[in-house]
Amino acid sequence: MHLHDLWFILIAVLWTGYFFLEGFDFGIGVLTRLLARDTAERRVLINTIGPVWDGNEVWLLTAGGATFAAFPDWYATLFSGFFVPLLLILVCLIVRGVSFEYRHQRSGERWQRNWELAIFWTSLLPAFLWGVAFGNVVRGVDIDQDKNYVGTLWDLLNPYALLGGLTTLVLFTFHGAVFASLKTSGEIRVRARAQATALGLATAVLALVFLVWTQAHSGNGWSLAALVVAVLALLGALGANRLAREGWAFALSGLTVAAAVGMLFLSLFPDVMPSTLDPDWSLTVTNASSSPYTLKVMTVVAVVFTPLVLLYQGWTYWVFRRRIGVQHIPAAHH
Amino acid sequence: MDLAVAHETISRWQFGITTVYHFLFVPLTISLASIVAGLQTAWVRTGKEKYFHATKFWGRLFLINIAMGVVTGIVQEFQFGMNWSDYSRFVGDVFGAPLAMEALIAFFFESTFIGLWIFGWDRLPKKLHLACIWLVAIGTALSAYFILAANSWMQHPVGYRIDPATGKAQLTDIVRVLTQNTALVQVFHTLTAAFLTGGAFVVGIASYHLWRAKRGKQPDRRKTAAMRTSLRVGLAIAAVAGLGVAISGDTLGKVMFEQQPMKMAAAEALWDTQAPAPFSVFAVGDVSEGRNSVELEVPGILSFLAHSDFSSSVPGINDTAAAEAAQHGGQPDDYIPDIFVTYWGFRLMIGFGMTSFAAALIGLWTTRRRFWLAPEHRTAEDEPPKLMLTRKREMSVFFTRWSWRIGILTMGFPLLANSFGWIFTEMGRQPWVVFGLMRTSDAVSPNVTVGTQVVGLATLTALYAVLAVIEVGLLAKYAAAGPDTDEQPPAKDPTLRGPSDDEDADQPLAFAY
Repeated sequence: MHLHDLWFILIAVLWTGYFFLEGFDFGIGVLTRLLARDTAERRVLINTIGPVWDGNEVWLLTAGGATFAAFPDWYATLFSGFFVPLLLILVCLIVRGVSFEYRHQRSGERWQRNWELAIFWTSLLPAFLWGVAFGNVVRGVDIDQDKNYVGTLWDLLNPYALLGGLTTLVLFTFHGAVFASLKTSGEIRVRARAQATALGLATAVLALVFLVWTQAHSGNGWSLAALVVAVLALLGALGANRLAREGWAFALSGLTVAAAVGMLFLSLFPDVMPSTLDPDWSLTVTNASSSPYTLKVMTVVAVVFTPLVLLYQGWTYWVFRRRIGVQHIPAAHH
Repeated sequence: MDLAVAHETISRWQFGITTVYHFLFVPLTISLASIVAGLQTAWVRTGKEKYFHATKFWGRLFLINIAMGVVTGIVQEFQFGMNWSDYSRFVGDVFGAPLAMEALIAFFFESTFIGLWIFGWDRLPKKLHLACIWLVAIGTALSAYFILAANSWMQHPVGYRIDPATGKAQLTDIVRVLTQNTALVQVFHTLTAAFLTGGAFVVGIASYHLWRAKRGKQPDRRKTAAMRTSLRVGLAIAAVAGLGVAISGDTLGKVMFEQQPMKMAAAEALWDTQAPAPFSVFAVGDVSEGRNSVELEVPGILSFLAHSDFSSSVPGINDTAAAEAAQHGGQPDDYIPDIFVTYWGFRLMIGFGMTSFAAALIGLWTTRRRFWLAPEHRTAEDEPPKLMLTRKREMSVFFTRWSWRIGILTMGFPLLANSFGWIFTEMGRQPWVVFGLMRTSDAVSPNVTVGTQVVGLATLTALYAVLAVIEVGLLAKYAAAGPDTDEQPPAKDPTLRGPSDDEDADQPLAFAY
């Protein structure tokens, strides 16, 4: 295998890790309006991801940095081409991070309510926008011979990509509901399971249409296999959730996310950003990648540090393994 | 302004604003992480309440600050691709590697262990919890190292070749990129500056509380104890770091004289090559004439800064510009950075930084205690210190009052010095984005329109302005409130296994959002 193929896989893994982890973070954010009935329940939800959301988000920074290092042209074309959606995502991630940290710093009701609203919207928007962005990457966009995106912002808002956005939004919310049922206790846990069923069914419809469309448009044998895995995992997650097997439900909703993201990358390969203007102008793993030396250096770094990261990040989840209920939420101080 | 110029200018303004803003939080984060870790270590080792209160107090300010550092850092990684795509294409093979390493090695470290530290007070055994904040501190320093190695490559590209097929930079030696002298000295300079920043920050807030305690009728003695320790810690850190800043700054200057003579000539507004070269204290230049109209100089000092002797020749702006034009083509004027900004940026950096250093030295002396003081002037650990000039002589009321005020007023000086330093070093490299290899005007995303750029600049600037108001409001609130001395350390050391009986299981969390 060529190193650039390996790095294509590694970048797919990083994005998958990001969507698996921040997927349920976004879902929890959306559920603060959908599932939680009062401030105490909102705080329960927020605190299920409190210790881990920041570490989860670093998967995005690593995916971005690794793309920059391994496929500079992919990074340059993607980020400059999708300027406005990425700017929106940036604004959301900034406000969202600050919301988690600042909401509890003052006791005023309006202060807290505003930050809670911010958490909802800044979770919902990126969950949608990432789907739009990846939908466009897979579908192909207007890339000229200098590897620059020459389309407009409106070209990015095509039906296929918008459906992709809707799919990730609902899928992440489902994933978040399953996570909530796994991490909370008491009444909210029961309601989380009920909502997960509804959200899972909605996901099934949207994901099926979107993934089949993807398969028809740019699929291959491998992507078909991933599609099947995604569908089976989703059905399994729904079943496990119904049987109140929350651990299994979460593993399977996670697998759904992973298989769906994996399918997008499998249908891309060996392109990384297809051009709709001329197939010769498409960015591929060969013409967008760094030199073999850089890839070798980065491979060594990745091989040494990725297992370490997985180890201590996994340990964090173990430390905070206990379920949280309203009785665990301390009264607001100050 | 014509469009081609606007295209470059708007992206430069965005990069300048977002980066200077980001770097207000970075040095405080780096130094406060270590200061909090040090105070917590003192608490774990001695069990003294004042260390616990100080840890909690500075820890809270640290968290308010790091939140902003983290979120504004995301923009930094995205905007290379968004606004500077041709730069990214050209340097990605080299520049991307340290950036990816920063994320994989440093960011994961910081962000995972900060979560463990924030929420871990009742989950982790004391010592393990302490280890978490130390790991955060190490993570912040590592992060600084990788990003500065990347920046150093822009100042002084090494370990690369230009690929003849693509015309792009290609990494040939990662070790050189990570260990070249530019990077090492810059890391030393930036980290010491970070600690000067944190030291001055701690000194300022502690001064506020101690001065109030001194004037107040019934001060909270436990609060005073925590603040008095903090004051001494802050002063010591600022004094040592200040010395480090001066030494590393001098070394970095010598490196720059060699690697970017134009930047240093611009720093001095030294138009003509001189031997021996004087240090300019004050000057008003006339760029079109290529000379200064008003000047105040100290002879020989610039030669010393450049080469450690008082007589050797230092190349001036005009000669350096002519040499660069001969090498890279075009007119000499194309190679002259904004002299006003570089000249004053350099002076303000040194002025603010060294004033802070001096204030720390004086503070360290006047607040000393025990051995060097006559017994009648010694103060208890939970009293505000007397400011002592000599063994037996206390400062007059007037000077005492002003000393505390200076402690508070100089609190933000290193932040200003950091900002001016970065503005100087980045503006002084112009017209280059990668020195000698790529011009800033060639680095901008060609496909991002001026309109879109304006949207980006306006959105981020407005958002940052709002967040600044919120952040400063929170910092002021908690800084003014002082340590919460009612808060008690956890009664027993938590175990990793968690609570054993059911009573414990419904206990509220020690910390929750």
